[in-house]
Amino acid sequence: MSALGAGDPLFSNGIDTTVVLIVIGKTLVIFVMLLLAVMMYIWFLRKVIADMQNRVGPERAGPYGLLQSLADAVKLFFKEQSMPESADRWVFRLAPYMSALPAFLAFAIVPIGGAVTIAGHRTFLQLADFPIGILFLLAMSGLGLYGVMLAGWSSGSKYPLLGSVRASAQLLSYEAALGLSIVGVLLQTGGATSGGQAHPGTLSTRDIVSLQAWTGHWSGSPGNWPIVHWFVFPAIISFAIFLIAAVAETNHPPFDLVEAEQELVGGFHTEYTGIRFAIFYLAEFMNLITMSAIAVTLFLGGPAGPALPGLPRLGWFNAWIMPVFWFFLKLIVLLFCTVWVRATLPRLRYDQLMDLGWKYLIEIAFLWLMVSGTVRVARDQGWNLWIVTPLATLGAVLVYGVIYLAMPKRDELVEEIR
Amino acid sequence: MTTRSDDPALGDFTDVQHFSHEEERLQRQTDEGAQQLRPRRRREVVITGGEWPEADSEGDTMIINMGPQHPSTHGVLRLMMELDGETVLQVKPVIGYLHTGMEKTGEELTYVQGPTNVTRMDYASPLANELVYSLAVERLLDLEVPPRATWIRMMMVELSRMASHLLFQATNGMDIGALSMMIYGWREREETLRFLEKVTGLRMNHNYIRPGGVATDLHDGWDVDVLDLCDLVEEGLRDYDELLTQNPIWVERLVGVGVITTEQALALGASGPILRSTGMPWDLRKAQPYLAYDEVDFDVIYTENGDCFDRYRIRLYEILESIKIVRQCVDRMPLGDYRTQDRKVTPPPRARIDESMEALIHHFKLFTEGFKVPAGETYVAVESPRGEIGCYLVADGTGKPSRLHIRGPSFYNLQSAGPMAEGSMVADAVAIVSSVDPIMGEVDR
Repeated sequence: MSALGAGDPLFSNGIDTTVVLIVIGKTLVIFVMLLLAVMMYIWFLRKVIADMQNRVGPERAGPYGLLQSLADAVKLFFKEQSMPESADRWVFRLAPYMSALPAFLAFAIVPIGGAVTIAGHRTFLQLADFPIGILFLLAMSGLGLYGVMLAGWSSGSKYPLLGSVRASAQLLSYEAALGLSIVGVLLQTGGATSGGQAHPGTLSTRDIVSLQAWTGHWSGSPGNWPIVHWFVFPAIISFAIFLIAAVAETNHPPFDLVEAEQELVGGFHTEYTGIRFAIFYLAEFMNLITMSAIAVTLFLGGPAGPALPGLPRLGWFNAWIMPVFWFFLKLIVLLFCTVWVRATLPRLRYDQLMDLGWKYLIEIAFLWLMVSGTVRVARDQGWNLWIVTPLATLGAVLVYGVIYLAMPKRDELVEEIR
Repeated sequence: MTTRSDDPALGDFTDVQHFSHEEERLQRQTDEGAQQLRPRRRREVVITGGEWPEADSEGDTMIINMGPQHPSTHGVLRLMMELDGETVLQVKPVIGYLHTGMEKTGEELTYVQGPTNVTRMDYASPLANELVYSLAVERLLDLEVPPRATWIRMMMVELSRMASHLLFQATNGMDIGALSMMIYGWREREETLRFLEKVTGLRMNHNYIRPGGVATDLHDGWDVDVLDLCDLVEEGLRDYDELLTQNPIWVERLVGVGVITTEQALALGASGPILRSTGMPWDLRKAQPYLAYDEVDFDVIYTENGDCFDRYRIRLYEILESIKIVRQCVDRMPLGDYRTQDRKVTPPPRARIDESMEALIHHFKLFTEGFKVPAGETYVAVESPRGEIGCYLVADGTGKPSRLHIRGPSFYNLQSAGPMAEGSMVADAVAIVSSVDPIMGEVDR
């Protein structure tokens, strides 16, 4: 237990009934919040896309159609379930849960607020703060692949099979880019601090957020802007790669080849109906929300943001409400971007997707790591950054140029195959 | 497709001993009643599919049936594709799922009723069908159509072409995954159809162009309506250009996909945008001018590459050419009759029936047995949005055609989808079928 709650002061004074109740309470809150977030996101998505497409969108169920997702869920819940005769029954039944569970679990490491005091116990607004934090995310997003893959495979049908083949290839490829972009952040967490004292890097999401946090009231001068500590600035390329890889990892447009409606009908979930389909649907959107939350945590400072001036910084409002408000504001901005992309871009083709993953994202992530690592070392050693940074960038561009020239082009490959 | 109980522990439904005495009595009654009154036991339906006899594949390849129920088969087209992984080895279009015997029906309908029938073939550009049928009948009758009717026909057919190409832009965007494009294309098409509805009374299946002229004259203020429409569509086209043509993913998805050469296209009988995309500027409006196409100024759009991107661009620019023709029609629309005054072909106006016995008799004869067409045969072809639509008509001197055959361009164009898709990927096959733009009603007739 101590390993699980390394950073959380909740466990520092031993574990009693109150602590257990607080943990259970936090779990329930996160669970319900995620379900509500998915409902709201689907409504938000449909409304925003409808607006971009000169339509009205859902408007019948509840005010402004807010209850549309609930109505859909109720309908799906009471629908008859069907299963192909050729399906592998147990795997077919298991797959939706294998898809949904990691999506829920991954959110546990996301800090959605600062430290608060509940019933005399001081704790973080976060379900679990592992020392291995961010590795847990990678593990969960890797596990989520099994749900999709097994669903397609166990359906015993052709379109789902094609979908699951695509899924395994796509998710494995983008896992690499995703991991490398996270390393870009981890590089920023370690090393010397302003005091000249070296501290080891950290994988804990809480520590990553604290390193980006800015404390105190905003004084109004540009040097004191809260966002200057965010890792999005020193790791801007990592941020771009993370966003692209995260969208690909969660099968959302323009990377939704796994369930490309126009090609594979429904992809891996073609044979699913009723509540099982609903669980897949839920998992898909929950993955997206979790990934956006992770992006907020890693790059955009998580719940960090200016406190309300005039109120005590550790007062209940600035401790409970403001961090959560900032967190969700950043999350909604990112989620809006996913909707925007969904409404704008056509779907990529399978080989183009693989090209993008293997020939561009992974290479660029590696080279960016080299540049960013060089700059870190230079900063720690006190070298002249004005010389080192351009040299490192030039070196990276040269290496990429060589790799690019060495890579076979599509036309050559086609010639070779023919 | 059969259903049966899933869980063996719950028992099979045919197993009567599970039922109580009361249920046994109910089961002796009608099957439906028994089914409704049975306790709800099955929680899951197991779906079994019949084996396709053709689906036995050898080796590593997989035969996949795309359609007839599939989101991107444009109605009820069925594509049998042999796949090696994601690569399409061969494509076999299977048609006939929308066969309604329209050509045969045409032999049972009088020449007056004919346009109602043919207009339902290519339901995305119905006026082209009506036009080709009416032109064929008029040629057999040796009938002269007043100039105003000709110009109205030309304008309406061009508007129909715009609507059809806008529909293509919508469905093509949807098939590639640009879902907003679908709604945008639909939006402009709907405006076009609104004008057509204002003139003809119906959004589609207008039955507007009839042997002898058109059904009604243009309404007051039609020129303002149609010019507004042209501006609106032009504005929409700029949006598409920005959304799609300048989108790298879109270009990457379409350029070099589904390439076909002029020789292949000609050998397969392909016409319209598919033939023009291979570098052959073949357009019946220029090649064999009909109506008044030799009097208006427009260009034939053609490109050299023969790929999906070219077919997309050709259709985009053809909308602009249609707008050009429509604007000239507005400028130069002649005055006069909108249908021929030959009383043997055109029914008298409603008001005349009350005052003239002659008119009443003509009206009655025209709408019961129709007019008689002298024996003979003819073939008339016009350029529909999809290519050369032809009407082969054999008359035997009675009021009904002895044989009606429509050369549907979709039918011939669809053949070219197979050679285009060989060696491409699954996603490309969808893009290719989409770029062929088949209308299944016209393929099956």
